[in-house]
Amino acid sequence: MSEPLIRVEGLAKDYVMGSNVVPALRGVTLDIAAGEFVAVMGPSGSGKSTFMNLLGCLDHPSAGSYWLGGQKVSALSGDELAVVRNRKLGFVFQHFNLLARTSALDNVALPLLYGNVPASERHPRAERRLTQIGLADRMDHHPSQLSGGQQQRVAIARALVNDPQLVLADEPTGALDSHTSVEIMALLQQLNREGITIVLVTHEHDIADFAGRIISFRDGKVIEDHGNAPKDAAAQL
Amino acid sequence: MNFAATLRIALLALRINKLRSALTMLGIIIGVAAVIVMIAVGNGAQARVEDQIKSLGSNIIMVLSGSMTSGGARGGSGSQPTITEDDAYALNREIDEIQAAAPSLRGSGQVVLGNTNWSTVFYGTSPEYLQVRDWPVIEGRGFEQAEVSGAGKVILIGQTVAQNLFGESSPLDQVVRINKVPLTIIGVLDRKGQNMMGQDQDDIILMPISTARKRVLGSSRYAAGRNVGSIMVKTKDGANMAEAEARMRELMRQRHRLQQGQDDDFYVRNLSEILQAQEASSKVMSLLLAAVASVSLLVGGIGIMNIMLVSVTERTREIGLRMAVGARGRDILTQFLVEAVTLSLIGGAIGILLGVGGATAIAQFAGWRTELSGGSIVLAAGFAGAIGIFFGYYPAKKASRLLPIEALRYE
Repeated sequence: MSEPLIRVEGLAKDYVMGSNVVPALRGVTLDIAAGEFVAVMGPSGSGKSTFMNLLGCLDHPSAGSYWLGGQKVSALSGDELAVVRNRKLGFVFQHFNLLARTSALDNVALPLLYGNVPASERHPRAERRLTQIGLADRMDHHPSQLSGGQQQRVAIARALVNDPQLVLADEPTGALDSHTSVEIMALLQQLNREGITIVLVTHEHDIADFAGRIISFRDGKVIEDHGNAPKDAAAQL
Repeated sequence: MNFAATLRIALLALRINKLRSALTMLGIIIGVAAVIVMIAVGNGAQARVEDQIKSLGSNIIMVLSGSMTSGGARGGSGSQPTITEDDAYALNREIDEIQAAAPSLRGSGQVVLGNTNWSTVFYGTSPEYLQVRDWPVIEGRGFEQAEVSGAGKVILIGQTVAQNLFGESSPLDQVVRINKVPLTIIGVLDRKGQNMMGQDQDDIILMPISTARKRVLGSSRYAAGRNVGSIMVKTKDGANMAEAEARMRELMRQRHRLQQGQDDDFYVRNLSEILQAQEASSKVMSLLLAAVASVSLLVGGIGIMNIMLVSVTERTREIGLRMAVGARGRDILTQFLVEAVTLSLIGGAIGILLGVGGATAIAQFAGWRTELSGGSIVLAAGFAGAIGIFFGYYPAKKASRLLPIEALRYE
């Protein structure tokens, strides 16, 4: 069997609040293979966000190890993690986190700016991604001129622009109405079918149902991890 | 991440808050403009003083007739002619520090040439006068001792006189009349320009003192005896001016037979000192401006730091996002530092324009001489940039140290 894209062993994270140590994650061990579409579920405080932050190389674990594509990233420094985020990861956030007063095109090209991609290649690559997600005619629009669904599409294009091995989506439909949510999920499913590994955090079962595997967290531990026959979002539109 | 992209981000960020950026720059603008004006005014004043020292001749000490008290009424300076030609010759002869001393007897009158005429002042003096004032004769020659002893009917004329009487043609060997006395022009003096009072120093005629006394002045009270209005003394280069002054005073007192305790009946004035005092006062002025400028630059710098701190806080989520997509700490540091430096440099550029405009306006409307120097502009621009770096570093460092996870979650 080929090496999994993600392997975590005994991953733990404690938060120090004054003199209290609050364990947010208490030893998680799991593998995620390339090409999977995983939904991470759990109530707030279950540790799912902490787990996502660690997967996203945004935070250092207190204990345990994390291999991403064969590289042990849990041992890297802050700047090295920034490079990993830039080259191997794409992020989609609940509130889009697009730069205001910046065109959709420039927003999508942002990761390339930090990836030493020559200036002449940045816009063509960003244009290709925007066209792929169906926003070719909105490239010059600023986020404030776009609907929520369109903004999230721009954010997805941004997550894809550096050809990441893994896309991490943190409640990507949390700020959208249900119809638009299904649209976004259809887009993510399509991208997954094209071979992109996606890990999605959500607390909505309807949304998690579009994924091929559901991992549930409670009190900093995995309580359930099972395969799921995904519903086809495109069929619901 | 390359510099062009960083600069573009900085400019965009500054453009988003136009008013705030403009107000932030104000301190730098005022400071830089003040630096430019200060240096221009300071240089102008110094250049003016230097020019005056040059036109006066350097190391000049003047001896003037003093005041006399008659019947309880104290006359002003020069109310009584007390110093003589012979005082000048004695100073020349007996004091080592003196390079040359020239008596001068002043008069004014109408110079007549054929059917044109010109009103000017003339000085009767000795050949040393030109040496004392570092005043070369550019055409013809100066007068000689023999012409002083023999009251020769010869004169030297200044540029203004030459211009007005002769235009472009050569005045040499021409004969003019002053008070009906025919005098031959034997030389033309070099151009001197204005003196510190703004008087035209080239509107002048020089003649042997005896000629002035015996032939031209006629009934003026200076004409009698050997009295002169003033003696101009040039000390040797490197001589101690104060000592020269003291020895001159001593010699003059002896010659005028003044008892101990009696007031001097003459004045000794060190003109270079007066000019240096002027220079010093213009330096005080410059220093004051420098103080204003540095306070303004400091306040401007603090303003930049303040706004950058606000900006870092406001844009915490943006910083978090940039970090999430791969910006390293130093990318963020560079971004905010470039933003601060751009702010201060734009302010500096506006300040330079204002300063140059201000210096020109001061020259135009206040009539002060100002001298803009490229050095001061480079200095001001460098200062503005340095302020941007110095006051922008802390906020930028703060931004670069944010943890991506906390920055992303910041509300």
